[in-house]
Amino acid sequence: MSLAVDTPSAHAPTIDRRVQARRLTVALSLLLAVTSVFSLAWGASGTSLWGALSDLAAGRELSRLDRIVLFDIRLPRLCLGILVGASLAVSGAVMQGLFRNPLADPGIVGVSAGAGLAAITAIVLGAMLPPAIRELTGNYLVPVSAFFGSWGSTLILYRVATRHGQTSVATMLLAGIALGALAGALSGILVYMADDSQLRDLTFWGMGSLAGATWAKVMAATPIILAALAVTPFLARGLNGLALGEAAASHIGISVQLIKNTSILTVAAATGAAVAVSGGIGFIGIVVPHLLRLATGPDHHSLLPNAALLGATLLLAADMISRVIIAPAELPIGIVTAVLGAPVFLWILLKRRGALGL
Amino acid sequence: MSVFSRLYISLSLLLVTMMAGHMVMAQAPSRIVTVGGSVTEIVYALGQQNRLVARDTTSSYPDQVMELPDIGYARALSPEGVLSVAPDLIIAVEGAGPVETIDVLKSAQVGYVSVPEIYSADGIVTKILIIGAALDQGQAAKALAQKVADELSEAQTAATLAAGGHPKKVLFILSTKGGRIMAGGRNSAADGIIRMAGGVNAITAFDGYKPMTDEAVTIAAPDVILMMDRGGDHDAATKDLLMMPALIPTPAAQNGKVVRMNGLHLLGFGPRTASAITELSHALYGETR
Repeated sequence: MSLAVDTPSAHAPTIDRRVQARRLTVALSLLLAVTSVFSLAWGASGTSLWGALSDLAAGRELSRLDRIVLFDIRLPRLCLGILVGASLAVSGAVMQGLFRNPLADPGIVGVSAGAGLAAITAIVLGAMLPPAIRELTGNYLVPVSAFFGSWGSTLILYRVATRHGQTSVATMLLAGIALGALAGALSGILVYMADDSQLRDLTFWGMGSLAGATWAKVMAATPIILAALAVTPFLARGLNGLALGEAAASHIGISVQLIKNTSILTVAAATGAAVAVSGGIGFIGIVVPHLLRLATGPDHHSLLPNAALLGATLLLAADMISRVIIAPAELPIGIVTAVLGAPVFLWILLKRRGALGL
Repeated sequence: MSVFSRLYISLSLLLVTMMAGHMVMAQAPSRIVTVGGSVTEIVYALGQQNRLVARDTTSSYPDQVMELPDIGYARALSPEGVLSVAPDLIIAVEGAGPVETIDVLKSAQVGYVSVPEIYSADGIVTKILIIGAALDQGQAAKALAQKVADELSEAQTAATLAAGGHPKKVLFILSTKGGRIMAGGRNSAADGIIRMAGGVNAITAFDGYKPMTDEAVTIAAPDVILMMDRGGDHDAATKDLLMMPALIPTPAAQNGKVVRMNGLHLLGFGPRTASAITELSHALYGETR
């Protein structure tokens, strides 16, 4: 398999591309801002953002309903959408860079499998916990479990793939598949034990949703995801170097092991937090980086920030569709991202068949 | 109506009145959302349907209810979706959610009444009384509860008589997806209705609905297979069903005894359950008169 696709040496980032990428960053920022405003303005209820703003401007008190819809439903949902979308897209971009594999996404390092298993465990076995513990954990049992599940599985994989201080990316990829199969099997046992309503909960968790957005969730996810996103700019040079191969990268003075460690931990944290608060949302992590590489090339200096912006924008857009298309009911957002993402991914493949060596 | 069920109704009523006393309501709610097929049916049975503004996906009876907006599946409600129909009261079956949505609705000062789901005649009576209290229709609810309890005990007595000491073993099949039989065990709505209709659940090895291995199905040896009516070509579907290796040796397949009933009617545990008992009993034992 030709892994070193789109290496900087193959298509050196020309001045032209850098300018293009910077323009794209500005455009995407604007797009995200506009989408955010629409996301606040759009919803199933009759609450109008403009009406509320003009009320506020005129010094009038907002009605209780408007206040709840805007500040307790739409605003936390907007924040969560931005955080989750950005972290999914950036995690995807980092993973694809790290594994030099255009198909890699956070699922590869066992994040999804581990998080999924832990969430299923919490949904099915949570009911058996002593009431005192259930009281303590409340609604947060599932998200907290998902977070630790993703971390746990990432650490296991990392341990398996690291020998003499060197992490083998290939071993990690293979071990990820094995661990994914194991987690799938264990999840199967739990699914068998689950009762009817738990089964429905599992299905809905798997399809993902931002509908349960609360300020508590935003507060829990924000520090983790922001910290992870703040680290990624420092990974850009290393990931660019890694595209040349590990040996070449260390020759040009990149500390390969440090880049690997940081990338894996960053992705585990960001995706773990995202999956914990929103369930399984697919395709953002794989479609967004590919779209951007198509537009402005593989340079991680621009790819990572642009991925964060585009990921957030796309997730917000998908969320708006999910909440208005069958209002007052709501379509799980994972369905929307898959329906929109899969054809886009096929289109990217058609465009890039040559470059990917397929 | 037995003395016992009269006593039960009055006790439940007392309990419900005490609970209702804690509900602070400025005026009788007029924009109501129901979540759960049986809850919606009870609101109709109490003649309060003009106060309904929306329903959940499982509420499909009576037909007029389909004209109301659908707020989605009971366990995946969206807070803004529910608020968009401007409800002042939500009456929901136990287990509706998610909790985050319910919390937001409560903070928006929408009344919320949870209705327990118990698969027995007493369970239906309790549902009616709770919903009646929530609607401020205590008297009407009491009358309906008594009527339903009478009908239920009458239907149950007739069904027991029809069974005549030789109850049939009934296997409730929820689905046969991928050739695996998903059957109804103990503590399921299917188990409740089978017993009330004078049958015996062929499955006692597990709770709720679970996929079964073929051999266990064969050993269960049901006399009758009970399924939900999903529309479409039943004769062909029945033929395919009875060709399943697990079912071929069972008495049900040998005698071609497959009963299909509307899912909400059969498993809803609402005001129509007495008629479901009679229908199922007739299907099991034939009409006695």
